[in-house]
Amino acid sequence: MVPSGCIKINDTLWEIPRTYKEGMQVPARIYASKRLLDSMDSSVFEQVTNVATLPGIAGYSFCMPDGHSGYGFPIGGMAAFDTETGVISPGGIGFDINCGMRLVATSLTWEEVQPRVQQIVDRLFVRIPAGVGGKGSMKLSQSEFRTLSEQGMKWCLKKGYAIQEDLDRTEENGCVRQADASKVSERAVERGYKQIGTLGSGNHYLEIQVARPENIFDQKIARAYGIDRPNQVVLMFHCGSRGFGHQIATDYLQRFLKVMQSRYGIPVRDRQLACAPFASQEGQDYYKAMNCAINMSFVNRQVILHRIREVFSEIFGKDPMELGLHQIYDVTHNTAKVERHRIDGKKRKLLVHRKGATRAFAAGMGGIPSEYRKVGQPVIIGGSMETGSYLLAGVQSGEQSFYTTAHGSGRTMGRNQAKKQFRGQDLEKRLRERGIYIRCASYAGLAEEAGAAYKDIDEVVLATEAAGLSRAVAKLIPVGNIKG
Amino acid sequence: MSYRYRDDLSVADVAFEAEGTSLEELFTSAWDATLRVMIENPSALDSKSRKSIAIEDQSVDLLLYNFLQELIYYKDAESLLLRLEHCRIDAGRTPAKLEALAAGETIDSKRHHLGVDVKAVTFHRFSLKKEGKLWRTTVVLDV
Repeated sequence: MVPSGCIKINDTLWEIPRTYKEGMQVPARIYASKRLLDSMDSSVFEQVTNVATLPGIAGYSFCMPDGHSGYGFPIGGMAAFDTETGVISPGGIGFDINCGMRLVATSLTWEEVQPRVQQIVDRLFVRIPAGVGGKGSMKLSQSEFRTLSEQGMKWCLKKGYAIQEDLDRTEENGCVRQADASKVSERAVERGYKQIGTLGSGNHYLEIQVARPENIFDQKIARAYGIDRPNQVVLMFHCGSRGFGHQIATDYLQRFLKVMQSRYGIPVRDRQLACAPFASQEGQDYYKAMNCAINMSFVNRQVILHRIREVFSEIFGKDPMELGLHQIYDVTHNTAKVERHRIDGKKRKLLVHRKGATRAFAAGMGGIPSEYRKVGQPVIIGGSMETGSYLLAGVQSGEQSFYTTAHGSGRTMGRNQAKKQFRGQDLEKRLRERGIYIRCASYAGLAEEAGAAYKDIDEVVLATEAAGLSRAVAKLIPVGNIKG
Repeated sequence: MSYRYRDDLSVADVAFEAEGTSLEELFTSAWDATLRVMIENPSALDSKSRKSIAIEDQSVDLLLYNFLQELIYYKDAESLLLRLEHCRIDAGRTPAKLEALAAGETIDSKRHHLGVDVKAVTFHRFSLKKEGKLWRTTVVLDV
């Protein structure tokens, strides 16, 4: 239920003032239509205002239109902290560090792919392991795995799993600096080193999609991104840093809890909101370990792209580049990164936490590929397997949220309720009748991901546009899907 | 031994409440509830591999938190899903101590009806307390 003190700023922006809760350093701001706001559970409002109490927070504690209850921060939460006086919190990043989205173009049309779509999905399902505890086919030593966690996609380039263009079209060029594998536990490495090239499960997926002419909303930007023909086939996938990132978050959450109050005097309102000053030894250690998970996740998605290229090449008998398998972009939606943003007219160095929220830099800004600099950074918002997903672009008015927008559609139905309401086998059949060929590692997991369990993605995207956070470029309709 | 899932406590992930007349019973229920998220037919797990678990912590709730992490660790590190065979807890001293034995086998998607991967045990709504004669816990798993 929306708190009574929540003030309407405009049709898509709501504010909870500092007086709502003792200790709030800044107001909380929620971007949403009235209907999306009303559908948010009460934990969202508690969590977004808890974040507002953390030391060094700058501007506002934000929540995006797809916001829902998370741990510490809400999912869809974003908060920036002064790098000298502020904190870093695993709860503001999530267990799945650098969970993100990658979108890949092809030069193929749906008419060319349709006769082979089942073969493609079946082959991708074999080559890209999905599901509980999935292991990848890449054999790496733990020492090599630590190296790749420091080098990110540069490691892939050296090993022949990437081309330079892939790095150029990835947030942070696929490698964040200040990654130090000596700050990562043995257990984290043991959990992750066999999982490169795997999807995981839950809401993680790989989808074949079609860009239909009626779903292109901005022709100029779509062309700039490489979507330039009717019924063009693209591939989208969603996954993260697997057990490696999950363990790093778990390790540091416990380490921070031991020092948060006792050493740094920060009250513990919610153990999941554990934090440490960014400038402290604990804060810096976590930052360097977290950066290793960011890099590992970029590598994971790159190896998946490599497998996709192999499968398409094998099925169509052509080189992947002849088939136009160019990466459009890779965005992360669970990170904390040092960025410079303007507050009260002054540029400040801030640690920007985005948890289920996407960076959306505008045209002309640094940090985005040169070929996209005139149109803004691509933003990839994943929807449910039934409703489709979106490609958007960053806009100048995004400055209000430190250039941040939504990341997905957001769940509205619990997983057990979804399993009671839907049967995985029935859903698979229904999707096939609608022209979506699906392979899954778990029918129970499939039922949990039914479209009706999610918010209306069209409304989420409309709200981000109306709020001036990003601009819709194209809606992409699924025709094939692999789920973990 | 019992547990029940609570959709109303977590929309995006999996929440459960478990209870037991002893700490051992409670911990076993919580282990079973976590395992059942990942495999729908845990009885199909053959006891081909055994793991000893020994943990100590300053508080009993953190002992449970770290105990459940063991199940998640073996799932990722060795692709093993383990059923709990035995569990003994000494909470009468600080640190509290746990010794357990778990048995299971490598994940086999042909025989095991898999559910969703558990990424982590969270501190969100996490609690462990004694109410009357029953020990109760609330756990939210990130999936």
